[in-house]
Amino acid sequence: MLNNWLDPLFQGPLITGLLLALLLSGLGVYLRLREEWLAALGLAQLAGAGALSGVALGLPLLAGSVLGACLGAGAKNLRQGLGNDAYAVMILAGWSLTLLIAANSPHGDELSHAVTDGQLYFTGPAHLWSALGLLLLSALLLPWLSPRLLRARFFPDYDQANGLPAWRYHLTFDLLCAAVLAVATASIGLMAAFALVFIPAWPAFQFAPGWRWTLVLATAFGVFSYLLAFVLALWLDQPFGPVLVAIMLLFRGAIALLKRTA
Amino acid sequence: MERLLAADQLVAGYTAPLTAPVSFTLCRGEVLGLLGPNGAGKSTLLRALIGTARIFSGTLDKAPGLRITHQRQRPVRLPQMPIRGRELLHLCGADQEPLPAKLRPLLERRLDKLSGGQLQFLQIWACVGNGADLILLDEPTNNLDPDGIAALGDAFQHLGQHQAVLLVSHEKSFVTRVCTRRVELGDVEQLA
Repeated sequence: MLNNWLDPLFQGPLITGLLLALLLSGLGVYLRLREEWLAALGLAQLAGAGALSGVALGLPLLAGSVLGACLGAGAKNLRQGLGNDAYAVMILAGWSLTLLIAANSPHGDELSHAVTDGQLYFTGPAHLWSALGLLLLSALLLPWLSPRLLRARFFPDYDQANGLPAWRYHLTFDLLCAAVLAVATASIGLMAAFALVFIPAWPAFQFAPGWRWTLVLATAFGVFSYLLAFVLALWLDQPFGPVLVAIMLLFRGAIALLKRTA
Repeated sequence: MERLLAADQLVAGYTAPLTAPVSFTLCRGEVLGLLGPNGAGKSTLLRALIGTARIFSGTLDKAPGLRITHQRQRPVRLPQMPIRGRELLHLCGADQEPLPAKLRPLLERRLDKLSGGQLQFLQIWACVGNGADLILLDEPTNNLDPDGIAALGDAFQHLGQHQAVLLVSHEKSFVTRVCTRRVELGDVEQLA
């Protein structure tokens, strides 16, 4: 197993997934704050559908995935106020399109499975550089975005009262999430991407003593679960996505049990 | 004193008018109390000033470049809020000393561990203590016990000369104590 870790063939995928785990679990904290975790699933579904549509049209999988998710983020901003209804439409549209393309294109079924389950061990330099670029972009944007997103949540009237163009940072955050979810869907798969957004932020919101600790706990949970899943999936020769979800749900259950018995 | 707000025969509402016409001015250094019976549209009028309710008739002039804070009648209360009191104040730039003594025990606690009155006081200070020119407070005494109301009155002593407050309250004694002027908003049904 250690040989696999040291094998250069697996080092690229390991680092790609690690960067994405860090990004997804961090962004998941803000998505939970905005009560938009369902939007994350919608964007991931559209990214999956975009990836398959792109392949059917001769585009690279990664490009189609980013295009699909960014179109979803744009539509979400145009249809503000519809909330969960709009996100449910995104999920259903992405899901339906994925299955239709899978049924009507050569190798579509295999590709559809690859997008859902992930193809982490087959990711290449394009995925790695995309993940690294998005991490750097997030490191630049989040210090600007974070206080504005928090203030918009707790003082929702502030921007309008002062004539501030709040749409700029709402749209920036949505596009950042869309791009990260698109690259993640094309790398670790739709299920793992959504799980990394949704699960780590959940206990962090319950137990962290403050906002910085919420970010630290969520990203630590996401990164640790990812590393364990990477090793176990290789060792047991199992698909990565389901192993990651199983590990995170076990950890989540253990945390809840510890809390109850404490 | 420089005038920050001037409303003339202002009527506000959402899909239909909800307030009787009201006229008032507000200058720096003033605390103006807006009184009126339940349903007179006091909160709607505050929302019209920040653009979340509609102005149906009359005029509203605001000084250019006005920095406004607005405390809602019901503060945002999420089921889980992993934000400490100090972090909330920092978001609004209201964490500068001197802070009221009543706030100190709340600074390191999560918002979802605070009582309704404690969260209310913290949110009010986030609006009052950040140096905004115009502070709009909607029923600030809600959820506050007598000590909290007294502390809120003391907090008004921290206001700078460049600041002005427009507050809506049904607590006449509080309004009498802290306000420099009062405006009565008529019952819209009686005037219709």
